[in-house]
Amino acid sequence: MPSSIKAATPPSWYKRNEIAVTPWLFLLPGVAFFLLYVIFPIFQSINVSFYDWDGLGEAEWIGLGNYEELYWDDAFYVSLRNNLIWLVLYLLAVPAGLFIALFLNQTVTGIRLYKSLFFFPFVISQVVVGLVFTWFYDPTFGLLNEFIGLFGLGPINVLGDERYVTYGIIAAGIWPQTAYCMILYLTGLNAVDPEQIEAARLDGAKGARLLWHVIIPQLKPATFIAFVVTIIGALRSFDLISIMTNGGPFGESRVLSFYMFEVALSEYGFRMGYGASIAVVLFLIMLCFIAYFLYSMYQDDKGGR
Amino acid sequence: MKVFKGTIAALMLSCGFGVSVQAESLSGTLKIFSDMANPAPRAVMEGMAERFGALHPDLEIELTVIDREAYKTQIRNFLTANAPDVANWYAANRMKPYVDAGLFEDVSEVWADPIFADLASTKGAMTLDGKQWGVPYTYYQWGVYYRADIYKELGLTEPANFEEMKSNCAAIIESGRKCFTLGSKNYWTTGGWFDYLNMRTNGHDYHAKLTAGEIAWTDEGVRQTFANWRELIDMGAFIDNHTAYSWQESLPFIVSGDAAAILKGNFAVAPLRDAGLDDSKLDFYQFPAINPDVELAEDAPTDTFHIPSGAQNKEAAKAFLKFVVEADNQTLINNGANLGQLPVNAKSSVDDDKFLKEGFAMLSSNSPGGVAQFFDRDAPAQMAKAAMEGFQEFMVKPDNLDKILARLDRAAKRIYK
Repeated sequence: MPSSIKAATPPSWYKRNEIAVTPWLFLLPGVAFFLLYVIFPIFQSINVSFYDWDGLGEAEWIGLGNYEELYWDDAFYVSLRNNLIWLVLYLLAVPAGLFIALFLNQTVTGIRLYKSLFFFPFVISQVVVGLVFTWFYDPTFGLLNEFIGLFGLGPINVLGDERYVTYGIIAAGIWPQTAYCMILYLTGLNAVDPEQIEAARLDGAKGARLLWHVIIPQLKPATFIAFVVTIIGALRSFDLISIMTNGGPFGESRVLSFYMFEVALSEYGFRMGYGASIAVVLFLIMLCFIAYFLYSMYQDDKGGR
Repeated sequence: MKVFKGTIAALMLSCGFGVSVQAESLSGTLKIFSDMANPAPRAVMEGMAERFGALHPDLEIELTVIDREAYKTQIRNFLTANAPDVANWYAANRMKPYVDAGLFEDVSEVWADPIFADLASTKGAMTLDGKQWGVPYTYYQWGVYYRADIYKELGLTEPANFEEMKSNCAAIIESGRKCFTLGSKNYWTTGGWFDYLNMRTNGHDYHAKLTAGEIAWTDEGVRQTFANWRELIDMGAFIDNHTAYSWQESLPFIVSGDAAAILKGNFAVAPLRDAGLDDSKLDFYQFPAINPDVELAEDAPTDTFHIPSGAQNKEAAKAFLKFVVEADNQTLINNGANLGQLPVNAKSSVDDDKFLKEGFAMLSSNSPGGVAQFFDRDAPAQMAKAAMEGFQEFMVKPDNLDKILARLDRAAKRIYK
């Protein structure tokens, strides 16, 4: 920039710092709302978790009292156990989605229709999925028991038996989640480099080896996203439980998020502090995953440059 | 008799009119939030708002009807943030959190009105700390609704005591049916069973003390209640897999005749009639005595109107509360074509309906031990939740009783501190 102009009219502060400031201006609305609606409530919840508060009257400071009670609370451990089962089994949606995607990744007449049909469960509301599976599991009239009845088995009361209930709900949850992973992999498969596959074939690779060593490594971004959404989905599994069992029988299908809702916000819940302490525990669990995801994204970014 | 009642109703109507002429100066806006969202109750609520509006032409009435279940969680928000002038809720301990938090207005002054002398039966349920916090608009009886045709086929009669109830049940099971249908996916359905078994085993006063936290859950009396309950469970009285059904989903079993009876409030009659059970097939009996030494007591939950303390137009709200309990209004809104429940005003007439008449007679003359609201309205919310979950577990796994009672005892120590 010629110095003569600069001397004539000194540019404004904004002009001088335009390059540095503009991105922040664009980010400002997003950051502000993120701080207001995500970061601030996190600290607010942590604060509330140290109080005994019914949401209406005066809050009473009880320090770690809520956490101490959590430690003695059987229902909390049941919820925690169910959360772990959810985390592990829900991840089955990732390989299931991959295989359906591989199966659908071909060109035959009407493949678009088949793809949409497979994607359908993700489009319909979780509430509908929950209702459909509730009827499917019905111990007296349900399709499942009609079917296993053909082999002289049953009837199984899936949603009313504390041994099966969590698995029954997870099965319902995996259905739409598989569809989601499938779409992620279908788009991923479009980006697989055909030349590499050709080269691998020339070298005599096929079947499982081709899949494992050539295709899956190229699908890494899709796999990463599929894991992230599935783990988050497992940890916030709430709507299905609420629709299908409402936490029952006798609280055996609760997970942490549902238990938190129940003690703090449901018809019989008036314990904001206790609910907040459950939320904090859930947050800490999520934080492990979030930290790991952020770390690996950061590593990828560094590697990419 | 009917003519006589009609005359009284007409008299009350004119009196009521006289009262409202005096208070005609009401103006402004009256905001009502209601949970009467099902079709029939909704029409009742809209009708009441309309008739009240006609009495007070200068008053603008804004009625907001909210889904009944959603209302239970929303009330916390709107009472604190955006209070209406009149709101629906429930009696007894269920209103305690809002009374304690100062969110409901003390309406003892309204209760001083002479018209409330006819509401003595529900006054206790509306009283906390010696003051009244709202007015009732309807209540209904609980009891056993049974398939009269099945009883007839098996040669059974309405049981007069627990022994007969069990021998009836044995005969029903013999015929390949279940005695009682139950949908314990709604935890409160088990609360009804506990209420009756406990009130019949230990009496109403004991039951009231238990729900008020004055008696421990590990008490011998409570164990006796569960022992009686267990007799029914062990003989297979209840349908299988009741944990998988809500109360509505449990009704088809009695309609199809796979179960012979249901312990439920009078609100079960309408869906059962709609499903094709006419009065020759469906009948009602009072839960029979278990311990002959205790007086019979009944569950009769009362639904109510309250004035939030943040209300803007309290004058109009108080006038509306009085209007709601007037005898003629009570007769009208509780008749079979509307709510199909019992009027709270003693001067009202009960509609000519088999179940309403039986229920009214039972509550007014055969409930000497007292009237309870319902388990989840008598006990504090947290205790009700923990206990009803325990009842459901007990019904599936009766052997866990000691564990369940110890858990409830621990919960009680925290809740009633």
